[in-house]
Amino acid sequence: MQTSHCHTPLNNYRMGLLSVFCVCLFFSSAFAVDRGNFKTCDQSSFCKRQRALKPGQSPYRALLETLELSDSRLTLQLINDNNKVHLLLELYRLQGNMTRVKINELKPLKPRFEVPDVLIAEPPTEPLSVLSKDDNGIVLSLGAESQRLIVSARPFRLDIMEGPEVLLSLNSRGLLAFEHLHLRKDTQAQPDGAEVKESVDGDQQQDEVEKDEDGEGDKEQDGLWEETFKSHTDTKPNGPTSISLDFSLPGVEHVYGIPEHADDLKLKTTDGGDPYRLYNLDVFQYELYNPMALYGSIPVMLAHNTQRTMGIFWLNAAETWVDISSNTAGKTVFGKMLDFVQGSSEKPQTDIRWISESGIIDVFIMLGPKPSDVFSQYASLTGTQSFPPLASLGYHQCRWNYNDQEDVKSVDQGFDQHDIPYDFIWLDIEHADGKRYFTWDPHKFSQPKEMLQGLMDKRRKMVAIVDPHIKVDSGYKIHSEITSKDFYVKNKDGRNYEGWCWPGNSGYPDFTIPEMRAWWASMFAYDQYEGSMENLFTWNDMNEPSVFNGPEVTMHKDALHGKWEHREIHNIYGLYVQMATAEGQIQRSGGVERPFVLTRAFFAGSQRFGAVWTGDNAAEWGHLKISIPMCLSLGLVGVSFCGADIGGFFKNPSTELLVRWYQTGAYQPFFRAHAHLDTTRREPWLFGPENTALIREVIRQRYALLPYWYQLFFQAYRTGMPVMRPLWVDYPKDTVTFTIDDEFLIGSDLLVHPITEEGSRGVTAYLPGAGEVWYDVHTFQKHNGAQNLYIPVTLSSIPVFQRGGSIIPRKDRVRRSSACMENDPYTLYVALSPKKFARGKLYIDDGHSFNYDTKKEFIHRSLTFANNALTSSNLCPDCNFLTSSWIEKVLILGASKPSKVVLKMDGKETPVDFEFDSSMSVLTLRKPGMNAGDDWTLLLQ
Amino acid sequence: MTCLHLLLTLVFAVSLGTPVEIQRPRGVPLTKKPFYEENKPFTCLDGSRTIPFDRVNDDYCDCKDGSDEPGTAACPNGSFHCTNAGYRPMFIPSSRINDGICDCCDTTDEYNSGAKCENTCKELGLKERDVLQKMAEITKEGFLLKQQLIEEAKKGREEKQGKVTDMQENKKQLEEKVEALRTVKETAEQPEKEAKERHLKAWEEQKAAIRLEKDKAKMAEAFLELDDNADGFVSVSELQSHAELDPDADGTLTETEVQGLMGGAAQVDTSTFESVWTNIKDKYHSEVSREEADMSSAQKARDDFEDSEKALREMDDQIRNIEKELSFDFGPDAEFTYLYSQCYELTTSEYIYRLCPFNRVSQKPKYGGSETNLGTWGSWSGPENNKYLVMKYEHGTGCWQGPNRSTTVKLTCGKETVVTSTSEPSRCEYLMEFTTPAVCQEPANMDLLPHGHEEL
Repeated sequence: MQTSHCHTPLNNYRMGLLSVFCVCLFFSSAFAVDRGNFKTCDQSSFCKRQRALKPGQSPYRALLETLELSDSRLTLQLINDNNKVHLLLELYRLQGNMTRVKINELKPLKPRFEVPDVLIAEPPTEPLSVLSKDDNGIVLSLGAESQRLIVSARPFRLDIMEGPEVLLSLNSRGLLAFEHLHLRKDTQAQPDGAEVKESVDGDQQQDEVEKDEDGEGDKEQDGLWEETFKSHTDTKPNGPTSISLDFSLPGVEHVYGIPEHADDLKLKTTDGGDPYRLYNLDVFQYELYNPMALYGSIPVMLAHNTQRTMGIFWLNAAETWVDISSNTAGKTVFGKMLDFVQGSSEKPQTDIRWISESGIIDVFIMLGPKPSDVFSQYASLTGTQSFPPLASLGYHQCRWNYNDQEDVKSVDQGFDQHDIPYDFIWLDIEHADGKRYFTWDPHKFSQPKEMLQGLMDKRRKMVAIVDPHIKVDSGYKIHSEITSKDFYVKNKDGRNYEGWCWPGNSGYPDFTIPEMRAWWASMFAYDQYEGSMENLFTWNDMNEPSVFNGPEVTMHKDALHGKWEHREIHNIYGLYVQMATAEGQIQRSGGVERPFVLTRAFFAGSQRFGAVWTGDNAAEWGHLKISIPMCLSLGLVGVSFCGADIGGFFKNPSTELLVRWYQTGAYQPFFRAHAHLDTTRREPWLFGPENTALIREVIRQRYALLPYWYQLFFQAYRTGMPVMRPLWVDYPKDTVTFTIDDEFLIGSDLLVHPITEEGSRGVTAYLPGAGEVWYDVHTFQKHNGAQNLYIPVTLSSIPVFQRGGSIIPRKDRVRRSSACMENDPYTLYVALSPKKFARGKLYIDDGHSFNYDTKKEFIHRSLTFANNALTSSNLCPDCNFLTSSWIEKVLILGASKPSKVVLKMDGKETPVDFEFDSSMSVLTLRKPGMNAGDDWTLLLQ
Repeated sequence: MTCLHLLLTLVFAVSLGTPVEIQRPRGVPLTKKPFYEENKPFTCLDGSRTIPFDRVNDDYCDCKDGSDEPGTAACPNGSFHCTNAGYRPMFIPSSRINDGICDCCDTTDEYNSGAKCENTCKELGLKERDVLQKMAEITKEGFLLKQQLIEEAKKGREEKQGKVTDMQENKKQLEEKVEALRTVKETAEQPEKEAKERHLKAWEEQKAAIRLEKDKAKMAEAFLELDDNADGFVSVSELQSHAELDPDADGTLTETEVQGLMGGAAQVDTSTFESVWTNIKDKYHSEVSREEADMSSAQKARDDFEDSEKALREMDDQIRNIEKELSFDFGPDAEFTYLYSQCYELTTSEYIYRLCPFNRVSQKPKYGGSETNLGTWGSWSGPENNKYLVMKYEHGTGCWQGPNRSTTVKLTCGKETVVTSTSEPSRCEYLMEFTTPAVCQEPANMDLLPHGHEEL
């Protein structure tokens, strides 16, 4: 779901007010975002003010005499020569090749907000040392690798260097700007309320004293102490508080990240348009290929070139805009060639500028140098992807709404009748009693436990939605408890904030309060959440938060979370909702079982709490296509468990689009079909036997590959490596890969090029890796790397290739659900490199508990093929888990025919039957039969 | 190491009260037993290859068609046969063998999963027989009713056809009469027409003047008639005695309605009566029946002609209605005829649903609110072998941001004609279950009901 979720009643609601007008509005804007509902930079006063500030000489100067250096922390004061306000700069050298830069007011009028709960811990530091110091600046050593940090005094600027190369500069364009907290002078001097002309503190032209004196009202400077958008007025008791800083990246032409935007993987320059916006919003029928804000925000950008990958993490939860410009962006290929031929000295460079409405500057610079280093650096700050229950990697069947228990039962039976596996069936908002979450509709879902037991008997599970808006109804337990505990967000006047959402008038629990989150978590206990059972999981929607009658369909910025305005915490609200919900699921099992919670809104760190989907997309080919860069962007900044609504949420997909979407979704991490209330039914068997067969086939492919997906999620959990990744992550020196976002890798070993064009008869896939080979997973045909391969396709085709040099374990006995496959044997797909080598991993645990973590109950094995021997060795000797799964078959792709195959195990040798297909060079070892947890070697002789 | 051994199954079946053991590989139906001969090489049933017999059910898939593993989950496309003695035998996909879920009532699919299955075949068999018996009774009675329906429909159809024939005969006469009257009219109109052509404008004016005058005369006359107590005023009560003036035609002319006609006045005199007259003149019946003495002969001829033409039109309508009814596809034996012009209702917690077969389906909120059209009669749209099992009603009221409402009506055999359930599986696509004797099939011989020995 669900903006339309949002929109339908929103319109109904409005209709009550101005019916005809609204209907007209709707029809004129059918299936496109109503841009007028959302702010442009020009309509957001701080963005407009900050953007008006052009690159130039910075008014900030470092006061070197104030330098203080403890073991790992350097502090230094900065002064704005225009207004004499002092800032405090803190520099930290963090473990793992990172630098943290914090800038705050030295003596703010009152504390400025610093975002809690995102970092998993205070990041461990490493010693900093001063290499040299003079009147112009300081040179600091960043430890190893001849890395230095140069602090220039006048104007203030930071440069991070490695050897002679500048890796990154801060304030090199002089766009550091810090609107310091101050009292509203005009209210004292001019009680009639005329605005005092003000400007961003970084403004070079004027100094504040002058401004105060001239006292002219300047329309362009409106919005400092109050701002109105559409009918909503944002009172700003703290006045202007925005911050900004620029970063220059010499030698960089490709930057990625800062989700969520419906845009290409490679970020575009924003000159002449709006900056990319980060402000969690419930956007109805979002448009593709523009920088508008969507449901979630992760203020992390990655920069990549053939030499290095770096990251910038801007830890700020207020409304944020990001400008990107590049000195090469405007150039044609010919222009670039000309530069090359003429030996142009101009080096490519990308310049970034972050602007936030409030808070402080707190930046983490992740210096890589490899992509995997940046991932682990970011993971060390905000944590890794939570390790999901195995079943949640299976197929999810969702719809707004499955009408009643009978409906759920018949859909469940439909899957069995058509022999299609699935693990989760989902219930949207209509399941609850009048949208009172944690309850069930007394007529349609009168026996929830009976329903859940029915699913449990089939070893399947259910997800029911729990949104954070709470119906204001004194007879509703959740509402009355939140009221009595005083846990609601407050409006600017201190009364409970109320807004309009699904249930009508609603309160919004203040998830920033730890006690509130603990209470919320306790509501998931089996004795609190009536009708719940251990196979019921949760979906948090509308947690931007969505407020139908609020500004930009969200909460008023001057609403209050304790002493902090909503303005300060907006982008992290959704994270807290999912955090509290996941905690509730953990607690209900006494800490034993892993949670599964899907969220629509997210922030940096959300990866620790579950899965994310790309919100309310539409049944259009463009939306299928955009699902790839949208999930790739999320994966790059920590959120691996990503998916898009299969089929498209709004509108009815053509059969071809639906089939293609299943084929794409089966190879994306979170695999869920979902549909709007107004669409026709689209369960996989409703489109004729041929299409049912196509969908069944690709869902089965997904299930066969679950061991691989599971192992990749284990790896993501351990290391922060994204599960679904752009090609450049594994081929960082291959410039061709830098802009590819119509195909992707799953782990390092599967390359997928989904068909996302209507009526496609063929696609050209890029197979990376000079000197490498790739095997078509369906035909085992071998193709060389570093080529564009044309692949003719039919409706049954989903081009997938396994990398030569990899071993992928599959469970080819696909059953009704992942749980049913628990004890099934493995088939190993060994795809040999040209050097006849391959390597892979196998991970096994109980699939649902935390015992892998708390008791080390798992099997982790390394599988290596070298010198004609395939060996399984233990990667975790002190781990302890017993499986009844065994190895039923080994396929070796790119093999030659042996005369004999022998299994060596426990000092014994037994012959193994085999077959050899000489046309495709596939060697099949028949039923070697060893337990998947054993040490063994298969020798080809 | 989980190498499963060749598994043979012992099937106990009951035939004529004597237990018989039939040995064959697990999961193989008796009909295929001959292909699985122990200790002889096994040829995949698709003939693709031959393997040693010890590779049958050895938990490794050797045959592309899955035929070597009828009793294990090794082949992706295999199927497992359960005998289900006491109930009905069935095939399940081999992926359901040992998946921890009991699929076969005889528990044979879960021989190595630890799932605790109970043999429920006997119960299911009894239950099924019970259900089948009840169904058979319903079918039997329903089928008898159907015969009556067919008989009635046949009679009704003959009657109607007869009626149409008669009416067509009458129609002919009527047509002749119309033609005759037309001639009379045209002749009578001739002088008038000539005058008209000459003084068309004057004539029109004159006609209008005459009409106005006539109307005035009529009005004056009506006033006098209405003024029962001759006090020079027409009062509410005086007007109320003229029931034909009832504006909403509900049979009673209330005081409020009269007041409405009188523009709120309690009484009117001759001067103010004019406005009341405009309200009532179309409906007003004079109390004294009187001939239009001044009617010209042309006018009379015209009226006669128009009357007869109207009668002809009415007859045409009647014929068309009967022919429309006769043209409906009421099933192979016209057994659905009785549903025509009937309506059946079902009340749920929120709505009253109404099915008027061959006409429309509608929904009305239980507690007030307007009716919504869920579709008008479209077509029979059951499966190819019997399209008369499903009715489709289409083009109902449009949905906001959605399609027009439509309803699928599924017909099942029953003694009574009832709507048994309604649902809305997709937004604005309704599903209705409807029982009627008209779909009851000739009952099968009861002896053919399963008694748990299909195997033999």
